[in-house]
Amino acid sequence: MQHVSPIREPLVTGGKTYADITEDVCRQVEAKPNIRWMMALGVSLVFLGIFLYSVYRTLWYGIGEWGLNKTVGWAWDITNFVWWVGIGHAGTLISAILLLFRQKWRTSINRAAEAMTIFAVICAAMFPVLHMGRPWLAYWVLPLPNTFGSLWVNFNSPLLWDVFAISTYFSVSLVFWYIGLIPDFATIRDRATGPIARRAYALLSMNWTGSAKHWSRYETVSLILAGLATPLVLSVHTIVSMDFATSVIPGWHTTIFPPYFVAGAIFSGFAMVLTLMIITRKVFKLEDYITLEHVESMNKVITLTGSIVGVAYITEFFIAWYSGVEYEQYAFINRATGPYWWAYWSMMTCNVITPQLFWFRSIRRSLTATFIISIFVNIGMWFERFVIIVTSLHRDFLPSSWVMFSPTAIDVGIYVGTMGLFFTLFLLFAKFFPVVNMAEVKSILKSSSGVSHTHNPDASMHGTAPNHPTKHD
Amino acid sequence: MTSKKYILGVFNDEDVLLNAIEKIRAAGTKIHDVFSPYPIHGIDDVLGIQRSRLPIVAFFCGLCGTSFALWMQIYMLGFDWPMIIGGKPHISIPAFIPVTFELTVLFAAFGMVITFFIISGLRPTMKVPVMDVRSTDDKYVMAIELKEGIDITQLNDLLRSNGAIEVNEKEVVK
Repeated sequence: MQHVSPIREPLVTGGKTYADITEDVCRQVEAKPNIRWMMALGVSLVFLGIFLYSVYRTLWYGIGEWGLNKTVGWAWDITNFVWWVGIGHAGTLISAILLLFRQKWRTSINRAAEAMTIFAVICAAMFPVLHMGRPWLAYWVLPLPNTFGSLWVNFNSPLLWDVFAISTYFSVSLVFWYIGLIPDFATIRDRATGPIARRAYALLSMNWTGSAKHWSRYETVSLILAGLATPLVLSVHTIVSMDFATSVIPGWHTTIFPPYFVAGAIFSGFAMVLTLMIITRKVFKLEDYITLEHVESMNKVITLTGSIVGVAYITEFFIAWYSGVEYEQYAFINRATGPYWWAYWSMMTCNVITPQLFWFRSIRRSLTATFIISIFVNIGMWFERFVIIVTSLHRDFLPSSWVMFSPTAIDVGIYVGTMGLFFTLFLLFAKFFPVVNMAEVKSILKSSSGVSHTHNPDASMHGTAPNHPTKHD
Repeated sequence: MTSKKYILGVFNDEDVLLNAIEKIRAAGTKIHDVFSPYPIHGIDDVLGIQRSRLPIVAFFCGLCGTSFALWMQIYMLGFDWPMIIGGKPHISIPAFIPVTFELTVLFAAFGMVITFFIISGLRPTMKVPVMDVRSTDDKYVMAIELKEGIDITQLNDLLRSNGAIEVNEKEVVK
């Protein structure tokens, strides 16, 4: 029997049964790693090596290894930090906000997106820690008893708010991700044949049996965590934007920053989810779970957030002119026409123009086009952060201190190196953890798959079982 | 070492299972537990599972986080070592809001999750506790404790007539 909803496309295609889902998702966890995965890991490890070398140079010789100068005291490091944190946002957004909105299409992508969040935040955290110059003293940012010196940390500083925001965000996301993984670890544990795998997944699955009472609590916990994570996502990037907005630098001191940064974060995060998922679904043959419907839904989010970002750019310009503050006006004219014009216009092209192509349904549903545009968005969002930071700093109030910023090889090495770190972690995740949330996909299968699986003739006629009204919300 | 015996009814379909739970409970048999590979909506009502009080736990943990964060910042910057930073007052509540918010969320999330783990008995362990391994794949398993005085054949018939595709016995040693 065909899918019962005349309006919506099925979220799981290919006439899957519950057993098929288990089989398809567990396959790559149980099988020996394939050659493409090994090659990808090899490349990632090379980049990880570059990262470790660059970090070693930074620690051994100091921050002088970077291209920072007296005027531009924060360049690639904070750019990369904000970029990576932003990428992380899509994962929590998909798992938390879309859960609250009862969006069922999140179920097959939330696991990988949350993993991406965790790894992106790890990459992000590298930059402020290394920028400290003496990372072994990084614990000084914690409010420790003041026997270390005679002072407490400064709770008036947005940089300290960042410490709390990022670490809370990281740990809550990690817990949210792990809670979701427990039932799936149990599934792998119960299928495992080797003793090592069984023990490892037994430890990870924490005694999970799938008892009705546990499921009931599990759903409550997921919902409350989603409710907690939703304002958390918004707060994290808001606080990151306050690093800039609470300062007095023209081009940074802007009230639009919090919503604009949050929209940008979601924008770049969804682009990264798409980049990763288009590859993952192909390599792990998950096309029936991550369908064109999913890609299209994400593209719609990209169109929305991309448009918000576009409006924010224009608003910033308008407000700079409307403020009547000559420094503010100069900062923005300098962005568009000054020596960094190419960065500004790259940002405009990638972030404002490219996502608008998604208004065309054929482009929205084309994997190749989506993949290319998602890369463009990622590049554009990196330039956005670069433009905000470097163009606002390089010409400050004193023309005598105007300089240009140019990155050193170590700057570049750390940046591309974090990609190695990110992809190494992601590849390990994809090999050893279930990439798709089996339990959640199973729970939507009856209402959202291409085939109705019910054995109840009455139910298949109406598409709903009489004692089951909540399932089709 | 105590051992308990359970009769396991294996079901193939969630609607059949939900019907069976209602019938079997109506027949006066106590169901020990039901195991499924995913959360079945509506099972709480038919099984008589109370609404979880975890949201209340989360709320009070969050409240602890709020109070702790405010107390910490006010004590440290207002009383223990007052300093004027950027001309702001020692106790500048607006500047304390971000940290307060973050700690509220942190305490609420961790308090709730730790409580969830403790009350559900979820902890890292080597032993495989499942009644039937298929219940984490695609089957629904209903466990009824076999107490003295219960007629096995009658129970078997009750499960079969309500749609169980298999009825097994399982001994659990604790």
